[in-house]
Amino acid sequence: MTTIPRTGRSTAPQGATAGAEQPPAPGSGDAALSVRNLWKVFGPKADKVVGTPDADLSRQELKSKTGCVIGVRDVSFDVAPGEVFVVMGLSGSGKSTLVRCLTRLIEPTAGTVVLDGEDVTAASEAKLRELRRTHVSMVFQHFGLLPHRQVLDNVAYGLEVRGMSKKERRAKATEILDLVGLDGYETSYPDQLSGGMQQRVGLARALASDPTMLLFDEPFSALDPLIRRDMQNEVIRLHHELGKTMVFITHDLQEALKLGDRILIMRDGEIVQVGTPDQVVGAPADDYVRDFTSDVPRSHVLTLKWVMRDPRPGDSSEGPVMSSDTVVFKAARAALASAHPVRVVDGGELVGIVDDEAILRVVVAEETTEGSKP
Amino acid sequence: MTRGWKGGRLAALAVGATLALAACGSNSIDAETQENEKKAQAAGGACEELNMAVNPWVGYEASAYVVGTVAEQELGCTVNYKNLKEDVSWQGFATGEVDVVIEDWGHPDLEKKFFEGSGDGSAMDFGPNGNVGIIGWYVPPWLAEEHPDILEWENLNKYAQDFATSESGGQGQFLGADPSYVQFDEAIVENLDLDFKVVFSGSEAASIEAFEQAEKNKEFLIGYFYEPQWFMSVVPLEKVALPPYKEGCQEPPEDVDCDYPETVLKKIVSTEWAESGDPSVDLVKNFEWTNEDQNTVAKYISQDKMSQEDAAAKWVEENPDKVKAWLP
Amino acid sequence: MTATALRPPGAGARPEDDVAPVQRMRRIPRWALAVAVVVGWVVVWYFTKGTDTLTLGGRENTDTHDTLTSFRDWVLASRDTNPIVQLTTSIAEVFRSSVDWLQRMLSTANLPRPVPEVGWLGVTAVAAWVGLAIAGWRIALLVTASFLSFGILGFWQDSIDLLIVTFLAVLAAVVIGMPLAIWIATSARANSVVSVVLDLMQTMPTFVYLIPVVLFFGIGASGAVVATLIYALPPLVRIAGHGIRSVSPTTIEATDSAGQSRMQRLRKVQLPMARATIIVGLNQTIMAALSMATIASFVDGPGLGQPVLDGLKINDVGRAFVPGLLIVVIAVMLDRTTTAASERAENVARRGGHQHERRRKLLLAGTGLLALVLVYVSRVSLWAAEFPESELGTSLASVADSASTWVTDNLSSYTNPFRNEFTVLVLNGSDDRPGLQSLLAESPWYVTGAAIAVLALVVGGLRALLPTLVCLAGIYFLDLWHDAMITLTMTLVGTVLVMLLALVFGVWMARSRRTDLVVRPLLDAGQTIPPFVYLIPVLALFGPSRFTAIVAGIVYAAPAAIKLVADGVKGVPATTIEASRSTGATRWQEITKVQLPMARSSLVLATNQGLLYVLAMAVIGGLVGAGALGYDVVLGFSRSEEWGKGMAAGASIVLLGVMLDRITRAAAADRSAPREPSRTSRMRWGGI
Repeated sequence: MTTIPRTGRSTAPQGATAGAEQPPAPGSGDAALSVRNLWKVFGPKADKVVGTPDADLSRQELKSKTGCVIGVRDVSFDVAPGEVFVVMGLSGSGKSTLVRCLTRLIEPTAGTVVLDGEDVTAASEAKLRELRRTHVSMVFQHFGLLPHRQVLDNVAYGLEVRGMSKKERRAKATEILDLVGLDGYETSYPDQLSGGMQQRVGLARALASDPTMLLFDEPFSALDPLIRRDMQNEVIRLHHELGKTMVFITHDLQEALKLGDRILIMRDGEIVQVGTPDQVVGAPADDYVRDFTSDVPRSHVLTLKWVMRDPRPGDSSEGPVMSSDTVVFKAARAALASAHPVRVVDGGELVGIVDDEAILRVVVAEETTEGSKP
Repeated sequence: MTRGWKGGRLAALAVGATLALAACGSNSIDAETQENEKKAQAAGGACEELNMAVNPWVGYEASAYVVGTVAEQELGCTVNYKNLKEDVSWQGFATGEVDVVIEDWGHPDLEKKFFEGSGDGSAMDFGPNGNVGIIGWYVPPWLAEEHPDILEWENLNKYAQDFATSESGGQGQFLGADPSYVQFDEAIVENLDLDFKVVFSGSEAASIEAFEQAEKNKEFLIGYFYEPQWFMSVVPLEKVALPPYKEGCQEPPEDVDCDYPETVLKKIVSTEWAESGDPSVDLVKNFEWTNEDQNTVAKYISQDKMSQEDAAAKWVEENPDKVKAWLP
Repeated sequence: MTATALRPPGAGARPEDDVAPVQRMRRIPRWALAVAVVVGWVVVWYFTKGTDTLTLGGRENTDTHDTLTSFRDWVLASRDTNPIVQLTTSIAEVFRSSVDWLQRMLSTANLPRPVPEVGWLGVTAVAAWVGLAIAGWRIALLVTASFLSFGILGFWQDSIDLLIVTFLAVLAAVVIGMPLAIWIATSARANSVVSVVLDLMQTMPTFVYLIPVVLFFGIGASGAVVATLIYALPPLVRIAGHGIRSVSPTTIEATDSAGQSRMQRLRKVQLPMARATIIVGLNQTIMAALSMATIASFVDGPGLGQPVLDGLKINDVGRAFVPGLLIVVIAVMLDRTTTAASERAENVARRGGHQHERRRKLLLAGTGLLALVLVYVSRVSLWAAEFPESELGTSLASVADSASTWVTDNLSSYTNPFRNEFTVLVLNGSDDRPGLQSLLAESPWYVTGAAIAVLALVVGGLRALLPTLVCLAGIYFLDLWHDAMITLTMTLVGTVLVMLLALVFGVWMARSRRTDLVVRPLLDAGQTIPPFVYLIPVLALFGPSRFTAIVAGIVYAAPAAIKLVADGVKGVPATTIEASRSTGATRWQEITKVQLPMARSSLVLATNQGLLYVLAMAVIGGLVGAGALGYDVVLGFSRSEEWGKGMAAGASIVLLGVMLDRITRAAAADRSAPREPSRTSRMRWGGI
């Protein structure tokens, strides 16, 4: 497992703090996506739940009282342009419902979704179609390809429903197929392709309409591990090349950590924590998240910020200098090679000291958990 | 590509050959067309179409096709034969889909609905067609021969057990008929204190087959049957005497205790058609023949397996005098 | 996946309330409970038999029936002023003139021309060309052979007429049925309403609505097309609706997210993806339309039904057999053609192959030209216009006739005693030992009703009980209780025999390819040949009786059941059989412990279908002396003043059908099997 350099990071807002209690800062006008107090309740008279005392009941209680099931409960967050925003949770946590509410594939019960300044929740049917055609595209777990169409026409589908001429859309689709590495498969049918290749078609279809935002609903869960890794790298590459905003749903923490600029953790339809990967691992909001993250190779996620101590007057000034967002794993070799502790410097100012012991604590703890596995 | 060309040449060859074939004999169609046109002109267009209902039994077919054949041959009509049950035929008078029902066995309820006065007046009685229907209780000939006393109703109870079947619940079985026909058998059995149960065959085919098998296998069978019927010439069933019919003994239906009356079979026609002045109206009005005549044609159809048209044409050819009498 | 887990409750929820009592009953095995109910019933029967049986004489009727009749009379009387009638007559006119035009083009003399515009040679050539174009050369050969057989056997005109009527009825079914299918696929409420109507259309005996249809649409071709349409529409709506509904929701969601409109979704996603299923529906609709051929001829519908009825009129088996055989030929031809066309289209798409497109086009153009030339030839020369006379039809008829006579002459001395024994043993019973019919029909109505309801509860739980009660109440109020119980008896006995046949032949066919090859075409024929063809020989063998009706029901129902069982047993995975063999199981053990249990859902489906098919033959039973509801329907059809009784009998048949269907389905679902007998499976004409 290698860590990928995150160049997109600088655009990501770092302000969000751990903990679900604090709502994220109000959506600034330039957020790519802004979700406020979003609810989805399934069941009879679902709209009679939000805003009443019933809304505070637990899932179980609500189910037995009203027959309604909560899918998404009072969720708010912002996604900045160009950010990769991962929503993570176990199955049943409401993450897939959430992502479908964003483009109203599932109609939300309450709350607002603002996409590129456009209020999705208030949009007319025509406006909504317009948004789906040009602004947002989605990639699905089970691909959702049209078996009766060739790969090329599958990719061109979004352009076709827009009314683009056949020649034009096919040219565009060919170009996109090149981009995802499927040139030569234009005339194949979906069921002639492997799962990984089918998902590339799904990806190409999503990219073809040149949306500003891509939504991924557990796109790689159905693929085997090697292919999954390839596809993750593919997404990262495309993100570099195209810089699209992405909302990525997964139940796989590794995937979340690998791809996400920020991670939103859900349980029972609620937000448990929103934060950068190292925040999630380094300062889990509760036992649920801690439990979740316990298997993570912390040295690959935590930065020096999480292991440094405050500088003291007697500290050696000869150790190597590193910034506070250097990943521990990367710092380890240099730190251990040097006889002096690492000096953490941000913006020319010494903010902390990391000694060998602190580094070893992270790495060794990992080894033991690793080793204790059967 | 060469294959395509070869195919093309082959096709051309085939086309040429068939066209050449077509050339011979092409005259006959044109010739017949012209002849038909001439015929139509000769008829002067006086006779229009004649819509003849054909109810589903052979005797009826005999009458219908003989009248139709005469109308075609002598009057130049176009005759449309319509295979219909009685009820549907009567419904057709009002819509002009049916002009003539040539053999009616009596349908008081339909008369009430469609005759002038009680009904919408779309149908009218056009007089008897000469045939007489004899409805009654019949047994196969072997039974009449072996037990002659069975032909008197008073003796039926003596044989009741011999008539029993798996269907008759311990009593003798009386085979009721196709539901199209007027039947009082349940009442007759009850009112004459006969130890019988009426089991309905449900169709003419089932009744005929039952009598045929009974004669063949020498089985006991008694049931509702009627003349004229082609089957009588195959297996001449014997009629059982019931208390004779007296005026009013069929009223009310649940008290019937007498034989069926002889039925004078009638022609029923569409009122509108009858007033149209079409030459075929007079033909139908004049048409009258005997049971024997009808049986002859029915035999052509059922025994000699002729088509209805051929059977009718044969009779018309053999009986020019009778036909002449019907012509306007 | 989260989204599916969070579907609104109710959609996939089990009715929990009916699980509980059933589980309680589980402690005693179900069969023991059922036996206990029957034993109790017999005891009650012994003391009460013959009372309160609600028997109604063959020519008696009640106020309910008279009310229905006078309603009909009222409709008839208002015929001239009724706006609906004006609409229907103008629709009828369209059908009538289309049939007439097609007939003058293809089948009857277009006067003053002595022959139709296109003669047999042209028609055959064009049909073969169409076969070639849509399904390949094998089908083209099949089509050619079929069309030639029409002429050779002497029924060219009637065969083409039947094709014309079928074509128009199926065309109308598509025009009406596809929007309906789309509607029921997209709206659950529409689905529940429409499927009740479809149930009604499929189980209501045709004889009940034939005359009203004629009232509104007229005699002859138009009435025939409409009556055929009513019977043929349900399979298409059901199966196509099912197909559209079953399109993968993921794909719908994925394409929705591309911003498609509803229309685009329908046209570009749902319809293409459901295409194969829709074609199956179309195929079933064609088969159903053909099965109406003879019935439609009762109101002067053109086609092969007419000569079948002609044969019946003079009790000539041979004369009815040949046109009946041609109906089978047409059914097989259309079935194979639609199936092949669908498979071929699928394959072409799969291969992505337009590789031979150019050659194919050339071939089609060439053969098309040839067909046109033949059309021309058939217009100008008599030999190509009028099929040459052939004696083959008549000789085949006489062969069939003498074969039938030989069989009946030689067997009737065995069959009649057998019929007697069987009837007494199974149906009649004796004074102290009930037969099935005496139990059902001679018990007081409330005893029978209660017993049926309790049995339904035992077998199928509450889910079966409620519809059973509703149906029994309906039958009670229609005033034909006694007749309904006799019909029910015959249906049950017929179904048991059908299932015995289905087990024996189904397993045999599944285990031996050769048997399958030989038997399957016979089954196809048994399913498509009109019952009117074999009525006379069956009558000759068994006389006018209930047993005859049961035999007719078996002939009609067994093919579908056998096919279903055979396909089910064949579907058992080879690995399971292999595993069983490796344990040293005998052949008998393999069949009884592996193949049949694993084919359980097919067996349930076959039973369900068997019941409905046998019931569908109740009316034919009325024509062969079985009495009961069948006779009442025929009576209502034959005598206008009895229409109400016939209608009530038809409705009772529908109620019996719904009741039996719901009980078998509940019994199957209750055993935690997949809810197999689904909507689509309720088709007659089996096959799926």
